Amino acid sequence: MTLEIIKPGISTTIQDLGRPGYFHLGIPEGGAMDRLALRSANLLVGNPEDAACLEAVFMGPEIKFGADGVVAVTGAEMPMTLDGEPREAWTSFEVKAGQTLKFGFLTTGARLYIAISGGIDTPADLGSRSTYPIGALGGIEGRAVQEGDSLPVGSASGAAAGRSIPEELRRHPSDPEELRVLPGLYWDRLTDAAKASFFEDEWMVASEADRMGYRFKGGRALDFVEREAPFGAGADPSNIVDGCYSYGSIQVPGGTEPIVLHRDAVSGGGYFTLGAIISADMDLIGQLQPNTTVRFKRVDMDEALAARKEQSAVLEKIRSHLG
Amino acid sequence: MADIQAPAPGTFYHRPSPEEDPFKAKGDTVAEGDVIGLVEVMKTFVEVKAETAGTFGGYVADNESAVKAGAVLATVES
Repeated sequence: MTLEIIKPGISTTIQDLGRPGYFHLGIPEGGAMDRLALRSANLLVGNPEDAACLEAVFMGPEIKFGADGVVAVTGAEMPMTLDGEPREAWTSFEVKAGQTLKFGFLTTGARLYIAISGGIDTPADLGSRSTYPIGALGGIEGRAVQEGDSLPVGSASGAAAGRSIPEELRRHPSDPEELRVLPGLYWDRLTDAAKASFFEDEWMVASEADRMGYRFKGGRALDFVEREAPFGAGADPSNIVDGCYSYGSIQVPGGTEPIVLHRDAVSGGGYFTLGAIISADMDLIGQLQPNTTVRFKRVDMDEALAARKEQSAVLEKIRSHLG
Repeated sequence: MADIQAPAPGTFYHRPSPEEDPFKAKGDTVAEGDVIGLVEVMKTFVEVKAETAGTFGGYVADNESAVKAGAVLATVES
């Protein structure tokens, strides 16, 4: 079984749940930006949750199937047709050899996940098929898919078509959206006025929003507490002596435009990070379009852990519904 | 008359670069596949192409405006 890429879209990459364990060496975990959507797509077609899927951002690819199989599409909302016939998202459907899947215009969300029974079976690098283009790892020779690529597909479990995830278990972004933040190590670099304005202001997703990071614009610039620059840190008040970055950490170079580091982020550098987006909201960022209005909401560790529990409960419900 | 729609959300540009003229002017001939503008997103410029031939009816969305996927950017008269 193979999948043939007729049109690749803007950036369509092979992703699974990533390659944890190498971030200290500078290799990010990578994997699906919206992990719940990828898990959901895999569960719908009877794959292990960490099987490799296609992640397409803003534009759907055009795909021709080389053999019969079962397919499910989750994540962003984008109308789709199989040989011209409409198909439902978040619902598994049969495909026949020679049929073509096409997508219309994106309505809400940002990233589609396309799972096929058996999973995409390209070679794994460091335990994952996820594409990390900067490091040339995973995917097809380390890159996004291109027109004419033929992707190998593994053996299917024989799951039935027509399985669906109930509406209340599908996560859709809204506009405006809220992202929860846990203040972190360098929070005290900001003045009290900046600490307040960061949470008061409306921010907008900039067009520089990709798998490495999401940039936000439109809020007031942040002022820093005066200091004597430590040895090794740059003169800019947003500089620090190089430190580690975490997934979701928020750096604000020059105090002007916050950048949230995402799955393909760098692991360290010389910008202060005011805190981090909580893990429960990271999938949501992966579904934000440019120009979406966002407010950051301050939470404490207990609230962050409770939100993570809620997210895990949603996944459990999806598992038991499809079990 | 046919609408040309944005393939992706982002910033719409009428010109290939700030120093150059717009891709098309009202009344220009349009062939199928002609580039009429660019949408910038994720540091990538996506070409916006006409899907029908005809006469360029003009831009509907402003230069450098924020557009959603599917937004009408320009029209082609047949």
